[in-house]
Amino acid sequence: MRLIRLVPETPHIPFMRWHKLALGLSCLSLLGSIIAFAVMGINFGIDFKGGTLIEVRTAQTADLQAMRNNLNGLGLGDVSLQEFGADDDVLIRVPLQSGEGDDVQQAAVVRVQEALNAAFPGIEYRRVEFVGPQVSGELIEKGVIAVVVAVVFMMAYVWLRFEWQFGVGAVLALIHDVVATIGLFCLTQIDFDLPVVAALLTIVGYSMNDTVVVYDRIRENLRKYKQESVAAVIDRSLNETLSRTVNTALTTLLALFALYIFGGEVIAPFVLAMIWGVIIGTYSSVFIGAPFLLYLRPVRRTESGEVKADEDTGPGTVQR
Amino acid sequence: MLQFPPWKIWLVSVICALGVLFALPNVIGKSTLESLPSWLPHNQVSLGLDLRGGVYLLLQVDTEAYVSDRMAVVEEDMRRILRDERIGVQTPTTRNGVITMRLRKAEDAASARDLLSDVSEGIDVSVSDDGTVTATLTEQGRTDGLSDAVDRALEVISRRINETGVREPIVQRQGTDRILVQVPGLENPEELKDILGQTAKLTFRLVDTEADINAAINGQEPLGSELLYGQEDDAPYVVSKRIMVSGESLTGAQAAFDQGRPVVSFSFDTAGARRFCDATSENVGRPMAIVLDEKVISAPRINGAICQGRGIITGNFTVAETNRLALLLRAGALPVPMSIIEERTVGPSLGADSVRAGEIAAVIGFVAVVVFMLGAYGLFGVFANVALLTNIVLILGAMSLLQATLTLPGIAGIVLTVGMAVDANVLIFERIREEVRNGRTPFNAVDTGFKRAMTTIVDSNLTTILAAGLLFGLGSGPVRGFGVTLAIGIITSMFTAIMVTRLQAVLWLRRKRPQTLPL
Repeated sequence: MRLIRLVPETPHIPFMRWHKLALGLSCLSLLGSIIAFAVMGINFGIDFKGGTLIEVRTAQTADLQAMRNNLNGLGLGDVSLQEFGADDDVLIRVPLQSGEGDDVQQAAVVRVQEALNAAFPGIEYRRVEFVGPQVSGELIEKGVIAVVVAVVFMMAYVWLRFEWQFGVGAVLALIHDVVATIGLFCLTQIDFDLPVVAALLTIVGYSMNDTVVVYDRIRENLRKYKQESVAAVIDRSLNETLSRTVNTALTTLLALFALYIFGGEVIAPFVLAMIWGVIIGTYSSVFIGAPFLLYLRPVRRTESGEVKADEDTGPGTVQR
Repeated sequence: MLQFPPWKIWLVSVICALGVLFALPNVIGKSTLESLPSWLPHNQVSLGLDLRGGVYLLLQVDTEAYVSDRMAVVEEDMRRILRDERIGVQTPTTRNGVITMRLRKAEDAASARDLLSDVSEGIDVSVSDDGTVTATLTEQGRTDGLSDAVDRALEVISRRINETGVREPIVQRQGTDRILVQVPGLENPEELKDILGQTAKLTFRLVDTEADINAAINGQEPLGSELLYGQEDDAPYVVSKRIMVSGESLTGAQAAFDQGRPVVSFSFDTAGARRFCDATSENVGRPMAIVLDEKVISAPRINGAICQGRGIITGNFTVAETNRLALLLRAGALPVPMSIIEERTVGPSLGADSVRAGEIAAVIGFVAVVVFMLGAYGLFGVFANVALLTNIVLILGAMSLLQATLTLPGIAGIVLTVGMAVDANVLIFERIREEVRNGRTPFNAVDTGFKRAMTTIVDSNLTTILAAGLLFGLGSGPVRGFGVTLAIGIITSMFTAIMVTRLQAVLWLRRKRPQTLPL
């Protein structure tokens, strides 16, 4: 049986020759993300903004216009409607109500349901989610803390296992991934909810995983090919791990696309974030994490672990 | 070289067999499951509310209401103590939970200080020499009081939910001032919300017939009385603040009928019955207000002394309403008002759809990965696929054993693990290929490949486990479920990708002794 090889047996792609172009491209996309964030902002879902989300299934094809007229007559602020997956499935978002007390919020939900029950007999409530202002505030806080702690932990871990230069490079790649993902959500205005933060954390994990594999090889080759320049060693390492990089990204994407297509509407934004994260995470390991080592000048050791005389000692020891 | 001692083979086999044993209850039917001997594991993976449908409610104590209720009681106590000692005070004011009152005579300051020093636990009283008395709730008093109130509320809520007869409810305290309620598979969450949201504080009080209703509406409530409105018709009533009997004295309440109308019948304990008897016999002919949560249900005229310790509450009720009121009265009043600050209700149809969609996605994702591995790595791809299948069985087994909850994002976590689990095998196989290119023999290449890939695998997986741990801390419910499955999936995948694949490769190499590797 002939095996499929997506990557030639011994590729010689001059990654380092292109790395400046890639860095420029990344800077542009980061800039774009920041602009999108400033201009369009994140479209926070109810987890972070508070409010009510109701998914209904109507008996016939949903008449969105009639439903919109009906609900906007209630005076509950900007009630938004959206077809959700099927033409008899509607997602209704009711903003947080102004006014004192939490009962005001619950009363709004009851009024929406009463209005719908009267106007659309046979309507089925598939999902009702209400998040009050105190809860949404806490969720924002928790989400930000979790992502920041994840990045710091990853840096500390890589620092411990490698040298500080690797830690810095890995974190730059991570921040790149997180910012670009947030940028995507600003640009597309897809609801940014708690599961998306979960996806962000997963992306951090995946991207790190990828970066560590490349770094492992760079560290090994830095010792093995002492006469080669750092740039050449990075190039060699990237080429040697390219087949693995591509195959792993591909299997993960295969699984994720299956989820995106067949997994239902509810988790689609969550899966989309992960698909994007896998792509960007793979890209950043190759084009951000690795090339940055060139500028951070990692310590080169001999195979027995001795540090070459003219360079300083970093933390951590290297075995093997 | 290529050592794989028999004990290790045994270990791998035993772990896999245990995985199958614990995963098995998930695939066989309920009836078969019940007929199995009891020493076999019976636990199935428990589905989260987002998959089985149900209601998740987070309730929070109204802290302000707690403080003002508490201070009202304290104020009453302070006045009583001073009155008993004939120390005159001007009308007290309560602002921001601080009671301030002035003694009529400043020379009473010393004795007032003595009398009030320990009026109530957690209350700080200071009396200045010019006769100003201030009482504040200490931070400790506030925390302890709230904590106690939440504990009592938890009992009341549990009783109320149990009265409704739903199955497998979960009522938990969360943090200092919150209660989490989870009820799986509930069809009508509105009813539950109505029942939980109500304080259900019932009081019997006299209507102040001498008061001027219009003056009261304009903000001039007579001393000792307050303006309340009717529950149904919003009619104004001026009602005495003095409570004849309260709901705490009830021993039972039932929905019933009186002359064809739905009513709630109730009975008092001995002390309550006596108080009710005294109050009604002294006030024959006057209207008595039945007040629920500061709303007047009805205000019937007292036709005669009621001394049997039983009575009925009439009002403009439907049968459903009398059922609910009776339930609330049986379960007791919440010690503090609570409100719903988070709700997540998933209907059973959406839950079922999600399970089906998740299953389809998982199967398709799995097949796609299996086909890819087969195409890319041939025979070694088969080894990896066997490991992958084992991995899924182990995930299911581990989740059943730990009774972890499977949520929709959790299914995504499993599918993601399927994609990522083969990463370790990809790493190993690519390494073996390189070793072959470097001129090693098949045996040597496989051995070195596994060895060299090892540190990388551990390094790279630990980062993902770190992320999964944070996910567990981040979320409640669905997101937490994702963290759990991801963490379990990574651990089992490291085991299967390294041990199970290696075992197969080693056994194959020993048997065939190939000259070249089909890789």
